[in-house]
This record gives sequence, structure tokens and C-alpha cells, in this order.
Amino acid sequence: MNALKTLAGVALALSIAIGGAQAQVLFWSTQARPVEETQKMRSEVLKTFDGQVDYQVAEDGPWLTRLQAELQAGSGTIGVLGGLHGDFSTVGADLVDLSGVDVGGVTLNEAYKKLGMLGTGEQKYLPWMQATFLMAANKQALQYLPAGVDLNKITYDQLIEWAKNIAEKTGSPKFGFPAGPKGLKHRFFEGFLYPSYTGSMVTKFRSAEAETAWNTFKELWQYTNPNSTNYAFMQEPLLTGEVWVAFDHVARLADAFNQKPDEFVAFPAPAGPAGRGYMPVVAGVAIPKTSPDMDKAKALIAYMLKPETQIATLKATNFFPVVDVKLPDDMPASVKAFGPAITTMTGAPDALPALLPMGLGDLGGKFNQVYVDSFERIVLGGQDVHGVLEEQAAALKALIDQAKAPCWAPDKPSEGACPVD
Amino acid sequence: MHGKALPYLLLMPATLFLCVFFLYPFALVAFEAFTRDGGFTLDNFRTMTGNWRFPVAFWNTILLATIVVPIQLVMALLMATVVSRLEAGRGAALYIFAIPLGISDLAAGLIWLAIFDQSGFLNTLLSNLGLVDRPVMFLGYQSKLTIFVAVVLAEIWRATAIMMVILVAGMGLIPREYHEAAEVFGASPWKRFVKITLPLLRPSLQTAIILRVILAFEVFAVVAALGGTNLPVLMGETYNWQFSLQDRNVAAAFALLILAISVGLTLFFMRVLRVPKEARI
Amino acid sequence: MSAVAEIPIAAPAARKAGNWLLVATVILLSAWVLLPIYLLIVNALSSPEEVTAFPKRFFPSFDFGSLSFFINFAGVGRALWNSVLVATLTMILSIGFGAPAGYALSRFDFPGKGTFRFLVLMTRAFPLPLLALPLAVMFIRTGLDDTAIGLALVHTTLALPFAVLITFSLFSGIPVELEEAAWTLGCTRLQAFRKVILPLALPGIAASAVFAFTISWNEVFAAAVLTIENRTLTAFLLQSLGESPLYLKFAGGAALVIPALIFIFAVRKYLFAMWGIANR
Repeated sequence: MNALKTLAGVALALSIAIGGAQAQVLFWSTQARPVEETQKMRSEVLKTFDGQVDYQVAEDGPWLTRLQAELQAGSGTIGVLGGLHGDFSTVGADLVDLSGVDVGGVTLNEAYKKLGMLGTGEQKYLPWMQATFLMAANKQALQYLPAGVDLNKITYDQLIEWAKNIAEKTGSPKFGFPAGPKGLKHRFFEGFLYPSYTGSMVTKFRSAEAETAWNTFKELWQYTNPNSTNYAFMQEPLLTGEVWVAFDHVARLADAFNQKPDEFVAFPAPAGPAGRGYMPVVAGVAIPKTSPDMDKAKALIAYMLKPETQIATLKATNFFPVVDVKLPDDMPASVKAFGPAITTMTGAPDALPALLPMGLGDLGGKFNQVYVDSFERIVLGGQDVHGVLEEQAAALKALIDQAKAPCWAPDKPSEGACPVD
Repeated sequence: MHGKALPYLLLMPATLFLCVFFLYPFALVAFEAFTRDGGFTLDNFRTMTGNWRFPVAFWNTILLATIVVPIQLVMALLMATVVSRLEAGRGAALYIFAIPLGISDLAAGLIWLAIFDQSGFLNTLLSNLGLVDRPVMFLGYQSKLTIFVAVVLAEIWRATAIMMVILVAGMGLIPREYHEAAEVFGASPWKRFVKITLPLLRPSLQTAIILRVILAFEVFAVVAALGGTNLPVLMGETYNWQFSLQDRNVAAAFALLILAISVGLTLFFMRVLRVPKEARI
Repeated sequence: MSAVAEIPIAAPAARKAGNWLLVATVILLSAWVLLPIYLLIVNALSSPEEVTAFPKRFFPSFDFGSLSFFINFAGVGRALWNSVLVATLTMILSIGFGAPAGYALSRFDFPGKGTFRFLVLMTRAFPLPLLALPLAVMFIRTGLDDTAIGLALVHTTLALPFAVLITFSLFSGIPVELEEAAWTLGCTRLQAFRKVILPLALPGIAASAVFAFTISWNEVFAAAVLTIENRTLTAFLLQSLGESPLYLKFAGGAALVIPALIFIFAVRKYLFAMWGIANR
């Protein structure tokens, strides 16, 4: 009994002793979450910042819960926020205007800067780094490529033919797609499949072209490894050989290229009848209203945009710079493979960029769910395409109307809420 | 003695604590379940039940609990009995059986993923034995049954220890004289178990079952690791509404539903496993 | 040791068969528990290529690369210390609040008993992540935020129902006559409790303290929201484990499982002590 009392006393004393203010900026981020990337962010990217940084990552749920708690309480410890475009749209009203931040002489990507205004008159976040999605293939798969197909100009129909060929010749389906709970499948439907077939993301959601798109994807699904519903990161099944051809976010393919640089090739996303739809992904940095030390936080944001920091960030996370900068030669294998493929994709004559959803506020998650539900019902559940699209379109329309969000690319600009035909 | 005030004095610390750290935040969340944009409404519950995944998630959760808990009960009783009859190596066996206590559901999900994965240990074993010529897909979306079996196995592996330790503690309190007396009268081990151990274990059994049932309805991490979204469960839906869909009101409605089911079943088990008057909770 | 062995009632042959069956059962159950953990360790001690290889090997190649990554991960030591501290505080708080309540429930009949029981069970049946937001707001306002004691308070809400129910069933299992006998011999209620009941119940109380410790040790969500500078090991590692490559997932899993194994091993004496009761 006495031992227990002593223990309690000691533990209490210690718990009070721990804590105390540290003069460092807390960088609260949803990016660079894989442990190795977190480690590199701390030891390589943020080391030379003049003033201490505590780089802490959290999954989206805790990240947002913590931020909302600080905003509600009216005070907090978070100095700078790092997150994707979609992470910020929820809390836009509580972010500090960054238009006055002195970023030195760097030239920022204008389109991304505009995204960062979240449809308001203020610079809610500044772009921090960018990425996109690509295709990757195991070199063993190349022998099954149908005659006359150029990987750099591949179409969805050719991809299906190729996947079919692999499945028939090797005896099991080897196309892979990140349809797991943590996979980024919704971005594929929003930014790749829909634009490629309908030239639109929202307006033509239930059009005849959209039905074609889903039917095409259903066809591809026959030659897709059924385990895809468990994949979050395609680099793992690529490395195990469960999958030979895959679509995913560059940061989620990088490990395969870095571990076995000679076994994989990267190439652009396929094209459909309406063009080669692709979606850039933007991560940004922002300052919440409750940030304890504004000047230091702004200094950290300026530091993140310096060319040398941007290059260090690319090495650490496989996210590309958002400022004009010449890349040195000593890049990891993944960056060397992705760079040319991205250039080919974005520079293709039929390239059709689809932007991240804008002006949806905290309805971004529900917007993604419309596409995910369509996929689960049509492709996994085998429900009637037309009927599902009718129902999901009603849900989509309700969301867009509630947010009063005007159209964004590739949809044509609209007066008022973006129409769902 | 102290009269009527003593029990209240004893309950005071725990009650005050729960009021501040549970009841108050709970009231805030429960309030959210019945409001939307400032007005009182039942819309959140309608949204919840109207969602196409709701019935699937609901029945999956019920089915999992119905299958897992009884198997766990039998296994926990077996473990506790075996340990109590061992003459050597009791400590070691008890330690081994208790190990999963310290393992989080996240880690358990990982472990079983490594077994059932397409390039995992089970497939390796099967192909080494020559039973299959290529890896079987246990966790694909078409094989809902094998996903379900995998989740059941993982849950049994992970959470039987909790019941086992409660039952072991309870068995330790049964006076040995009862058993010795029964043995003198020539009762078989099985009869001794049914006639002596089980009735005297009732309070522990009640505790073990109630706790386990409540936890069974919060099953999530293991299901997510093995089944992804192929096996929706209520807790997973709650997370989804709270964090991906950013709809705290509907998430709160889901949470209240989980609570209602758990409380209902708890009351049911309290009825069924009624403990003698002087020891009733 | 045991009195059973001195009364050979069953025929020797049958007893032998029974013993074999017993040993076989124990071995089988032990294998069922240990094998998956062994496989996790195999994965944690393999090189990244071996983890993703097929067919897999059933023996580790003792490649410590992935594990040493975690051990050298900046801040792991401090996070480990925070975890132990929070878990210890949780253990003390939940037994301190829970055991008196368990005793009261087992020994008295009083108005409000049902309400209290209901409250305790409700606590465990409600998804904690939903409570994290109001709790975090409350903590930031009161200054409990980002302290070990603050997080321990939240973890105690998770562990308390276990503590109350387990101690209740323990005290219920101890015949009230023992206490009454002590009173007739002139003990006060408190003395009777300390001299008669507590020694009998201590092992079980220790077991429920172990629960409290492991519940706190493995809790991720609240830890991730309520600690920032003083993160616990789970918040520190598991936050990012879901999105790490496979070989690090397994190493991280092992890094969390091994301390738990050691902890349960350290308290096995208490778990084992329960068997001393009946022999007294």
C-alpha cells in the first residue's frame, strides 16, 4: 500500500514537472506522415530554419479535431498548419490572411496561389508543394503490351486491352488500383476518369458519357486484382508482384522506384474521348488565428518557399516544388522517373487539367463520398449504372447548391452554383 | 456503523469524475445528434438509416458480436479451467494466455493482415504444402465470407484474454473445499465444473460477458485492417461521418445508436445472469 | 502443494489420459496465442525485401534495420517515457476511483445504485473519438492540455468501467460472512476490510490495474488530439503507421507489442498470485 502511495506521489510530481513553454513553432501537418518522411522533414528540411520547429503529423481526424478545439477555446499551441487544399477548406474562416508575407524573390505558381484564396478575397493558405497521380508498371508487364501502343500516349481502351492480355497470359489479374479505405480512389474518378470521358467533373455527372466512363471502368475492373479494395499505397503490391500495372499518387508509388529502380517504369495517366484528364494535388501552409507567435509563423512560411527548402522537401516527400527552381542532379530514383512522366502528361496536346474542388467548405468529404459511393455501388455492388448515377447526382446537386459553389475547371464557369445536368 | 452515507461516500469520487469527464462532453455530443443548423430535428437519424450502407453495417456488427462473443466465452472458460488444473507451469501458461491483453487492436489487425494477405504467411504455408498452385485471395471484395472469418479469428485471438483474466480471478476465489468435497462424493470433473464452478462464477461471468459485448460493438480497427470498406461496421461508419464527411451531427446519431444497443444488451444480460441478491450490482 | 493429488479417486490410467489431454490443450492454446506474435516478430526482423517477398520465410533473418529505425527515431525515448507516465497515472486513478465504487456496489443496497451502474456502462459504450473535441476545448481552457495528467484523466474514463466492474465481481465473490466474522471479533468496517478483504482481493485488483495500464498504453486517438509536445509512444508511432511502408508497419507494431509483453511479464506475479488464495 505504501509503495503505491509513493508511486502516486512521484508520478503526480513528474506529470506537473513535464510541459512548460518551448520557444519553438509547432508545425501541425497532415503531410509527410509516413515515419521515414516525417524523420526527413525534421532532420533535413526544417533543420536550417532560424528558430526551432516542432514538426508534428496527425491523421486527418485528430488533425482537424485538435485544430477545431484550439479555435473554439480561443487559444492554442499550433503555430503553422500544413495540409492539402481540402484540409483547409473546412476551416477557411479562421485562417490568417497571408498576402502580406514576404516570400523574398521567389515566383509562386499563380494558379495555386488563386486556389489558396478559397474563393475569398484573402490569401488563406500559400501553396507549399505539389504532386499528381501517375501510372507505374513492372517491366515484366511490358512484354504483354499490345502492338503499336506508346506508353506515353496510352488511352483507357489500350490500358484495358493490356490489362486483359496480362490477366490471360499470366493467369491472374495484375492491374492495381488504390480502392482501399485509405486509398485515393475518389481523386481518380473526379480528376481522371470523369474529365477524360465527359470533359467535366460536376456538370455532366449523370450524362451518357458518364455512363460510358463507368462501364469502361467496370471492364477494366475485370482485369484488376480484386485485392485492390485493400490497397492504400500501390507501392506495396507493386513490390510484392501482386500487381504489375498501377495508378496512384506519386508519393505513394515512390517507394517501389526507390527500392528497385530498375524494375519499374512510370508513365502518364491514360486518355479518354474527351482528353487526358489529370488532377494536380496541392498542399499548402497556413496560420490559424490562434497561432501564439505570428511573426515566427510567417517567417517559417517564407522559409518553406525558399528554393533550397523546396528541393529538400522534394527529396523528403516526393512532392514537387511550387516555385520556379532548377532541380539538381542528385535526385532519388523516384523523382528521376516521375519528373519526365509528369512533364509528358501535363504537356500532352490532349492534356485536360482538373482542379481540386473549390468553395465546398466542409462539404469536401461528402463530395468525395458521392464518387466513392458511385464506385462501390456500380463496380463492387454491380448495381445499374443509370439508376445509381441518377441517385448520386441528386446527392451531388444538393451538396453543390448548399455550398453555392460555382464551377471549377474542367467545368465551364457558372453564375451561382455549378449546375448538375 | 456509518449508516446510509457510506456507500455514497465510496461512490462519490467515481461519480464526480464521470460527470466532469464523460457526462458533460457526452451531453454536448448527444445534443448535436438531435439538432441541425440550430433547430431540433430527427433528420440526423433519418440520414443515418437512409444511407445505403447503414443496413449492411448494422447487420455486420450484430453478426460479428453474435459469433465472436460465445466462442470467446467458451475459450476463456477453457483457458481458465486448464490453468487452474495445471500442476506445473501454471504461471507460464497464465502469462502466455494473458499476452494479447497488452496488444492494441491496431497491432492485432497488422498481425492478422500479415497472415491472410495475398502474399502472406497462410498462402506461403498452403503453397509450401502444395495445396494451392497460386496465392489465394482471402481478403478480396468478392470473398466477403473469408474476410468475415479472418475478422472473427483476429477478434477471438485479440480479445479473449480480457474475459480469461476476469474468469481466472473469479475462479481463484472459489474455495477449494467445495471441489474437494465433491470429489469425495465421486463427482466427475465435468459435473464439478457444471455444478460448482459455473454457478459460483456467476458474478465474474456477468462482468466478462457484459464488457465483452460492449466492446464487440465498438469493433473497428481490426475490421478496417482486414476488410477495408468491404465489411462496413457501425463504428467505422461513425468515424467516416465524423472525419471524412465532416458531419458531426450524423456521427453523433451513430454513436447514440451504438450506445443504445450496448445498453439494451447489458440490461438483458443482467437479467439473464442474475446474481444472488446479496451480491447484485 | 495441492490436496487433490493425495486423494487418488480416479483410476491411474484415466488420470494419465486426463493429464495428457490437459497438456495438449495448454500447448494448443499457447500456440494459438504465440504463433501470430512470432510471425509479427519474424516480419519485424526481416529486411524490407523479405517482408514483401513471396513465398515468405518462417524464420527471421535478424535484420535489425527497420527496428533500429524506430529506436533511433527522434523523440522515441521521451515518447516512451510519456507513455509509461500516463499509463501509470491512469492505473492509479482508475483503481483509486474504481475500487471503492466496486466495493460499495457489492456490499450495499441503496437508492441510485441502478443509475450509477448505468452511468458506468454508458461510459464504455460510447465512441471516445466523438468526445475528444469537447474534452480538448475544456482542457485547453483549463490548462490541462498537453500534460500527462490531463491525458491520464481521459484514459481513466476508458479504464474506470473495467476497474469498477472487475472489483465489484471480486468483492462479490468474497463471502460477506468473512467480514461479518471480523466485525463480531471487534473490528471496525475499515479494519475488517483492510485485514480480511483486501488481502483476498489484491491480486484481482492488480489484474484490473494491468488492464488500466494497457488500455492507456494502446489508446491512440485521444493521445493524438490532447498531446502535442508531450506525445505518447502510440500517438507518436501509430499516427503515421497506417501510411508507412509494410516493413515499418511491422517494426512499429513490434515496437509497441514488445513493451506490452515485458509489462505483462513484470506483473505476472500478481496474475499468478491469484492461485495462492485457494491454497491458503
